[in-house]
Amino acid sequence: MDDGWNTALWLAVIASGVYHGLNPGMGWPLAVAAGLMERRPSALFGALAPLAGGHFLAMGVILLPFGMLTALQYWNHEIRLAAALIVIGVGILLYGYRRHPRILARIPPAELGLWSFAIAVAHGAGLMLVPMYLGLCTTKPSSLMDHDGAMSIVANNLGLAILVSAVHAVAMIAAGGAVAWGVYRYFGLQILSKAWINLDTFWAGSLVAVGLLAVAGSM
Amino acid sequence: MVQRPDPTFHASPKLASEAPPEKFAYTLLLSPDFSKPDALAIVDVDPSSAQYGKIVHTVTMPNKGDEFHHFGWNACSSALSPLTGHAFLERRYLIIPGLRSSRLYIIDTKPHPTQAKIHKIIEPEEIFHKTGYSRPHTVHCGPDGIYVSTLGGAGPDGTDGPPGIFILDCETFDVLGRWEIDRGPQLLHYDFWWNLPRDYMVSSEWGLPPQFENGIVPEDLLANKYGHHVHFWNLRARRNVQTIDLGANHQMALEVRPAHDPAREYGFLGVVVDTTNLEGSIWTWWREGSEFRIEKTATIPAEPADPSLLPPLLKGFGAVPPLITDIDLSLDDKFLYVACWGTGELRQYDVTTPRKPKLVGSLHAGGIARKAALPDGTAFAGGPQMLEISRDGKRVYVTNSLYSTWDDQFYPEGVPGAMALVNVNPAGGVAFDKTFRVEVPDGYRTHQVRLEGGDCSTDSFCYSSA
Repeated sequence: MDDGWNTALWLAVIASGVYHGLNPGMGWPLAVAAGLMERRPSALFGALAPLAGGHFLAMGVILLPFGMLTALQYWNHEIRLAAALIVIGVGILLYGYRRHPRILARIPPAELGLWSFAIAVAHGAGLMLVPMYLGLCTTKPSSLMDHDGAMSIVANNLGLAILVSAVHAVAMIAAGGAVAWGVYRYFGLQILSKAWINLDTFWAGSLVAVGLLAVAGSM
Repeated sequence: MVQRPDPTFHASPKLASEAPPEKFAYTLLLSPDFSKPDALAIVDVDPSSAQYGKIVHTVTMPNKGDEFHHFGWNACSSALSPLTGHAFLERRYLIIPGLRSSRLYIIDTKPHPTQAKIHKIIEPEEIFHKTGYSRPHTVHCGPDGIYVSTLGGAGPDGTDGPPGIFILDCETFDVLGRWEIDRGPQLLHYDFWWNLPRDYMVSSEWGLPPQFENGIVPEDLLANKYGHHVHFWNLRARRNVQTIDLGANHQMALEVRPAHDPAREYGFLGVVVDTTNLEGSIWTWWREGSEFRIEKTATIPAEPADPSLLPPLLKGFGAVPPLITDIDLSLDDKFLYVACWGTGELRQYDVTTPRKPKLVGSLHAGGIARKAALPDGTAFAGGPQMLEISRDGKRVYVTNSLYSTWDDQFYPEGVPGAMALVNVNPAGGVAFDKTFRVEVPDGYRTHQVRLEGGDCSTDSFCYSSA
C-alpha cells in the first residue's frame, strides 16, 4: 500500500463528503429554511451543527463494525469483496425503490440531528465510504501469532473509522454549508427549485460505481 | 422520472405570488337533485384567450349523487420541504371527494387541462373499510402523503365513532389508514391546515352527517349542537395537544386559514353564526410558546329584513344572518376575504395586524333578502360562497352554492350555478369584473374553485419569504 494510494483514498473520503454535502437530500435546504425562519444567519449555522453531527454518527455506525471485522485478518480479502458487493447491492436496491419515504417523514422538523442520521443511513451514505475506509485500514500485523498485535490493529482501525467519519462529515458540512449560505445570502430561494436536480439515479449509480471500483481493487 | 421540481412548486409564498398567473380554473359542478352526475369544469381564465370565461372542457363522473364540495392537488409547494429530499412529484392529479357518497376521484390534468380525465376512482367501501371514516372533505399534501379530512365516522349515517383524517399515498393513491394516534376530545371535523416547519395542525368543526345531509337542523342549531371547538395538533406526533371551546353559541367553525408564511404563527377561522344574535365572526389564533390562543377579532351583524322576504327557516327572526361560509387569505397574508353567503356580501379585511382586521373593501351579490344583481344587471342567485384568490392576489374567483340541501332551505327559489371574478385594488377595495361571466350548464351548481399552478387555499410553504 503506497503513500500515493493512501492519499487518493483520503481525497476520495473528502470528495464523497463534498458530494454528500451538495446533495439537497442530505440537508442543506434545512439550514436555509432555519436561517429564513429565524431571520438571522446564526440560525443557519446553528442548523449545520446537528446536520454534521447526525451525518458523522451515520458514517460511524457503518464503519465501526467493518473496523471490528478487520480483526479477522485471514479473511481480509473476502471481507473487502463482501463489503463491495453489499455496496453494489444497496445501490441497486435504491435504484429500484423510488417510493416516497413515509417513515422518514415522521421525524419532527426540530430533530435535525436525528433527521440527518436517519437520512444518511437510509440512503446508504455510510456504505459509500466503506471501500475507501477498508482501503485505508491497517491489515498487516507485526507478527501473525501476536494476539496483542491483532488487538492493536483493531484499535487502530476503529480510531481510523472515527477519523474517516469526521473528515468526511467536515467536508460534507463545509460543502453543504457553503451552498446554504450562497442560497441564503446571495442567490435567493428561487435557486432552490431551479437547481434541485433529481440525484436518485446518480446516487444509486455512485454506490454501484464505488462498489465496482472496490471489487476491481481487491482482485 | 421527473428530473426537476415541478415549476409550480415554490419555496416561499412570495415566489408563488410572483409566478406566471393562472390560465385555467377548475370548478366543481354538482347536481343538487342528484339527477345528473357531478362534474369538473375546466374554465379558461386567460384574458388574452378567445375562450376567456368559457368552460373549455368538462370531466363528467360515472356516478350520481357524489355531491362535490372541496378538493385539492396530489402535490403542491410542500414537496419542496427541506425534510423530504425528494422534490420530484408533479402537480398533476386533482383529488375530488364526493362528500355525500364518500367516493374519491383522482383526475389527471396532464398533458393539458383541456384533456383532463379520470385516473382512478376509490370506492366508498374501501374508505370505510380501511379508515372507519366517511364523508371526505378537505385535501392537503402533507409530509407523509395526502391528508383528507372527513365529516363522518363509520356506520350508515356516519355517527358510529368520530370523524377524522386519513392518509392517501401521494403516488399510488392507496388509502393508507387513519392519521390520528390520539384525538383527545375531538369528536367533530371540518377543515384543517397546518404550519409544516413548526409542525402543528389546526382543525375545525361543522357537524355530524345527520346534522347536514338532509339540511340544517334548526333544533340542533338553536340547542348549540353544531361544532364550536378548534383543535391544535402535533403534526408529526399525530396527537391533539390543545382544544379550545369558542363558546357554544359560536356555531359551526369552518375554514382554517393559517398565515402562508411559516415564520408567522397565526391564522384565521370563520364562524358561521352566533346563536345569540345571528352575527358571523372572524377569529384569530396564534401561538405563544407551546400554548395556542384564539380570540374573536371581527364580527358581522345580521341584517333586519321583512319576514315576507325570508324563507320559512328565518321568518321568525325577521333578520338575515351573514352566514360566514368561507374565508380565504391572500398569499402575502395581507387581505382576508370573507364570504357572507346569507347577506350576499364579499368583504375584504386588511389583516396586516392579525388581531385587528380592518374592513377595506366590500361588494354585494345575491343575498337572501337583498338579491343584489351584478353591476351589469345579471342576476346572482345565492350569495358569494367559495372564494379562491389568485396567487398574485389580484383576482378573487367567487361561486355561489353552499351545499345542496342547505341551498334549498336558505334560497328556496334555487341557486343556479354562477362563477364570477372580482378584481382587487392592491391598496384595498374590490370590484366585480364586468366581462368575466361563466355560463354554467343548466341543472348544475358551483362549488370550490382550484387554479392552475396552485392558489391561496392549497399550497403549503416550508420557507419564509423573508
